Amino acid sequence: MIKDDDKTRTSRRRFLAGATGLTAGLAAAGVTGVAQANDKNLPPNVADWSKSLGDGVAVRPYGHPSKFEKNVIRRDVQWLTASRESSVSFTPLHDLDGIITPNGLCFERHHGGIAEVDPHDYRLMIHGLVERPLIFTLEDLKRLPRVNKIYFLECAANSGMEWRGAQLNGCQYTHGMIHCVQYTGVPLKLLLEQAGVKPNGKWLLVEGGDASGLDRSLPLEKALDDCMIAYRMNGEMLRPEQGYPARLVVPGWQGNMWIKWIRRIKVGDQPWYTREETSKYTDLMPSGKARKFTFEMDAKSVITSPSPQAPLTRKGFTVISGLAWTGRGKVKRVDVSLDGGRNWRTAKIDGPVLDKACVRFYAEIEWNGEPLLLQSRAMDETGYVQPTKDALRKIRGVNSIYHNNGIQTWALKANGEVENVEVG
Amino acid sequence: MSKSVKLAAIILLALSAPAWAQSKKTDKPRLYGIGQPATPEQIAGWNIDVRPDGQGAPPGHGSVKEGEKIFLERCAACHGEFGESAGRWPQLAEGKGTLTSDNPVKTVGSYFPYLSSVVDYVRRAMPFGDAQSLTNDELYAVVAFVLNLNDLVDDKFVLSKETWNKVKMPNANGFYDDDRLKTEKAFWNAKPCMKDCRPPVKITMHAAVIDVTPEDTTKGAPAKDKAPKKGSVD
Ligand code: HEC
Repeated sequence: MIKDDDKTRTSRRRFLAGATGLTAGLAAAGVTGVAQANDKNLPPNVADWSKSLGDGVAVRPYGHPSKFEKNVIRRDVQWLTASRESSVSFTPLHDLDGIITPNGLCFERHHGGIAEVDPHDYRLMIHGLVERPLIFTLEDLKRLPRVNKIYFLECAANSGMEWRGAQLNGCQYTHGMIHCVQYTGVPLKLLLEQAGVKPNGKWLLVEGGDASGLDRSLPLEKALDDCMIAYRMNGEMLRPEQGYPARLVVPGWQGNMWIKWIRRIKVGDQPWYTREETSKYTDLMPSGKARKFTFEMDAKSVITSPSPQAPLTRKGFTVISGLAWTGRGKVKRVDVSLDGGRNWRTAKIDGPVLDKACVRFYAEIEWNGEPLLLQSRAMDETGYVQPTKDALRKIRGVNSIYHNNGIQTWALKANGEVENVEVG
Repeated sequence: MSKSVKLAAIILLALSAPAWAQSKKTDKPRLYGIGQPATPEQIAGWNIDVRPDGQGAPPGHGSVKEGEKIFLERCAACHGEFGESAGRWPQLAEGKGTLTSDNPVKTVGSYFPYLSSVVDYVRRAMPFGDAQSLTNDELYAVVAFVLNLNDLVDDKFVLSKETWNKVKMPNANGFYDDDRLKTEKAFWNAKPCMKDCRPPVKITMHAAVIDVTPEDTTKGAPAKDKAPKKGSVD
């Protein structure tokens, strides 16, 4: 008996821990829908905050979220990597809405920790097959004409832990290697024009200034199309975790190429085949051969709420909310299924639909407490339809690590809990 | 301010009216005169990339024997004496014939296509935490030793620009260009099925059963060390 009791307590604690808050968890267990509140703050009583003065201006010179939101944070999975300096933390997608990721919540992927670059000592070098090798200071970059663009950035390994089946219970972990912010910066084309690319220049080596010196080959064509050197995100200067003071933006392409703390661009006539585009970021197929230079991120979507960390607390009217994106242009449509992909309904997209940016979708349901198998399916303007995980595995096997954009299934249970599952 | 002084000020302003930057439409890109020339010395300090054809390979040389000593001192703590990995750090040797298996082991010998991919990487990033600290000779030596661990060169081998082409990497032909547009053409489908698309579905796998999701420690739950079933971020 004692043993059984213990078991229920642990599994219950786990469930509570996964919920957005204690109240949500309690309510979810019984789906009673009564939120926990303090009577003395509720009408007809008058709450303390209605009577006494709060903090004055500039007491919080750089504002933070409410203290009641302190569990909205990036999280990591410690067994994934040997050290936190070469590792990843995940965006808490289940706690966010709209399309813009707050700067402090953008997932991190570092290969040598966070470089703390003094902006006065920041330099960007452009050389190789150019007429005029140049060095730019941060001040130089800020003096040049700039553009503002909203783009998603997804790590090619996002959902990489799920190739062999449902493993991590929460969309923060299964899909949280993505963020979407507005960048301010200089078009890379403009910078390359200042140096003057020679006619035989075809590829760029782009290199970070951190302790991993991460280097990748970037086709010149893409660089001239829509890449930029960004120094701001969502209006303020880049966060150190995102490459302060300047990073490369490669819209729609795998995050590994978006070099942070970028220090050097070298123009060449062929790719470099660096470790990050051979040993890593190549997609091993069942044949034993690997795809290389799989730059574009395929269309993908995920329901962020309800999801394992955001269970349902009430029956009745419910808004299903999720994110969709595609590296090939604009999202055209998102469908939602409640029965594991048998039947689909087109969801409502709300907010801007921008090139290579996240879109937010909603589907409204009346939930009577019946178990559901929730899925979402994105389509983009090229006609690409997000495939099922099984359809992907049929072609790519389970060893490719990267580019897992298969349809995610969440099992919504009668008690409001949600679990990451696979269906067949 | 007297009237005449004010008037003078206005005239002055008018005379030195700021110029709008010209944005004439021409084919020639506009040069802004911003940025300084990069000198050969400045470039040399940062120009550390190495290409498969050997372009960028620094002068110097190093033997397997010298490399063994460096490896044991500066690499083995993480990668293991034989490159087998000490713990969860990357494995550098073995793995031959595993790429089609259930558990592919990607190493310098089994997966890297080019010698340059190793040299370029070690030169810029290793040893982890003390990057760019190896001399060119040490770099060649330690890479020669890693090649030797993978049975790609013999015990007497000396790696340098001159011997570069003697190294044959087994997986050099293991890669092909992105072919998704062709091999995954079926995913482009103007009219995806909306109704009765498949027979009733069954749950075939539960994440909760594997239970490797970290607990939320922000609410006081103690962190537990969880063992993965399988997983990698890269
Ligand atoms: C403190 C631990 C540590 C030490 C010491 C260390 N490494 Fe590493 N090594 C790593 C980590 C971590 C990575 C992977 C980093 C990443 O992917 O972001 C790595 C990656 C590598 C890789 C690439 C492996 C692959 O499959 O892509 C090579 C090659 C390598 N190290 C060689 C060396 C050599 C040579 C030395 C000694 C000069 C050395 N390392 C010292 C931790 C270490």
